[in-house]
Amino acid sequence: MIPSAIHLDAVSLTFRDGSRLFDGLTMNVAAGRCTCLLGPSGCGKSTLLRLISGAADCHLDGRLRFDPDPPASVRCAWMGQDDLLLPWFSLLDNVLLGARLRGTLDRDHTERARELIAEAGLAGYEQALPAALSGGMRQRGALLRTLLEERPIMLMDEPFSALDALTRMRLQNLSCRLTTGATVMLVTHDVMEALRMADRIIVLGGTPVAIKTQLDLAGTPPRRPGDPEIIRHYEPLLEILLSEAP
Amino acid sequence: MITARRLIIIAAGLIGLWQLVVLATKAPPYILPGPWPVLQAAIANGSTLLHHLQTTGIEMVAGLLVGTLLGTSCALVMIIAPLLRRWLLPVLVISQAVPVFALAPLLVLWLGYGMASKIAMAVLIIFFPVASSFYQGMRRTNRDLLELARIMGARPVNVLRFIVIPAALPAFASGLRVATAVAPIGAVVGEWVGSSAGLGFYMLHANARMQVDVMFAALALLSAVSLVLYFSVDYLLDKLIYWQPTQGVTHE
Repeated sequence: MIPSAIHLDAVSLTFRDGSRLFDGLTMNVAAGRCTCLLGPSGCGKSTLLRLISGAADCHLDGRLRFDPDPPASVRCAWMGQDDLLLPWFSLLDNVLLGARLRGTLDRDHTERARELIAEAGLAGYEQALPAALSGGMRQRGALLRTLLEERPIMLMDEPFSALDALTRMRLQNLSCRLTTGATVMLVTHDVMEALRMADRIIVLGGTPVAIKTQLDLAGTPPRRPGDPEIIRHYEPLLEILLSEAP
Repeated sequence: MITARRLIIIAAGLIGLWQLVVLATKAPPYILPGPWPVLQAAIANGSTLLHHLQTTGIEMVAGLLVGTLLGTSCALVMIIAPLLRRWLLPVLVISQAVPVFALAPLLVLWLGYGMASKIAMAVLIIFFPVASSFYQGMRRTNRDLLELARIMGARPVNVLRFIVIPAALPAFASGLRVATAVAPIGAVVGEWVGSSAGLGFYMLHANARMQVDVMFAALALLSAVSLVLYFSVDYLLDKLIYWQPTQGVTHE
């Protein structure tokens, strides 16, 4: 799997009701790196992810390019705030959901899924139903399901926001470890999460929505909470977000 | 599921209440017989009752099976083919505006005095709650799940098989439970209108001879069979929807 770069050139979005979200937004997301989108609620972060996934129900002006450009059907993997594990499937079957839905499930997929489950510390729970797992375990399952897709782009929409602080930190570490080398676009409200996980942070805000600031972070994610890079950028980022909040 | 012990207590309570009403009203046995004379009538007419029970039982189960099959098929067609849905859904609603019991004489006329007209009657009653609940269950599949499946490049048939149908099973189960509870009505009403066998027929037969105790025995047997059918379906549905635990258990 070769990670893709994402380029938005002067993108404007118009919804069915005629409202516009972006007006000439230009953004570049580097291949093989984790880019975090930060911004106040309703600024269009999730819509941007949906646009890239091909799911947004709106009219697009401008250009959305992928480099390299794989077919749309195998371009992106998605992970949202809800784990979306199917309650009638075991953890293993949930991790294998993509291959099963495409009708391509084979022994290699199953072995890879078992390896990932063990790597995520869930060995022994392969046959457990989601109802028997904790929130953190379910979200780990969702992460593994996303990883097993082995897509050039991973889109993550506030994937850890519903978890407690410790579980969230553990999952951030796991996610960074398992997504090394992949193009990840992560939407979050949490400045600390962005600083821990991202190679680049893009802050969105204003009306119409535009890039307020973007910064490249030194070092390799996941960063420790006391990392100098986090201490240096935390307050300025928070100030920008607070000034943007309605 | 109601435990056996609770069921026995409820049955004993109802029988006790029945006996109290008999004692309090001092109603003659040809109007309201007590539990004991009814039990004696049931024992005396055991083989006849069982013979008629067999007929009614087959009509109920066959009606339930065919009604469920038709209901689920109709719901699936409406989900798979949106064009057909636009035409089928109003027909389905209009069909419920016709009083089903009023159709019983016509069904007997068209399908004869045998089991077919009673099964058809049960099917008509069962069909709608099954079709409606299954269709609504499938329609209400979590949009995010369908979006996830689309991003995964899923084949439509697999989305239906692995996501949409299982997601609709709890709603389908609710509809089927209601259908199972009303299944005996179709069979018995059909027997009242025209038949030569079945508990409904036997009740009319006993009524004409003022054998009220036999009528009550047939009614009690019908109730018992309906309960067995309901709890059997309930048990099977619980097994089918295995992921809905009655008690929440989590690790960690």
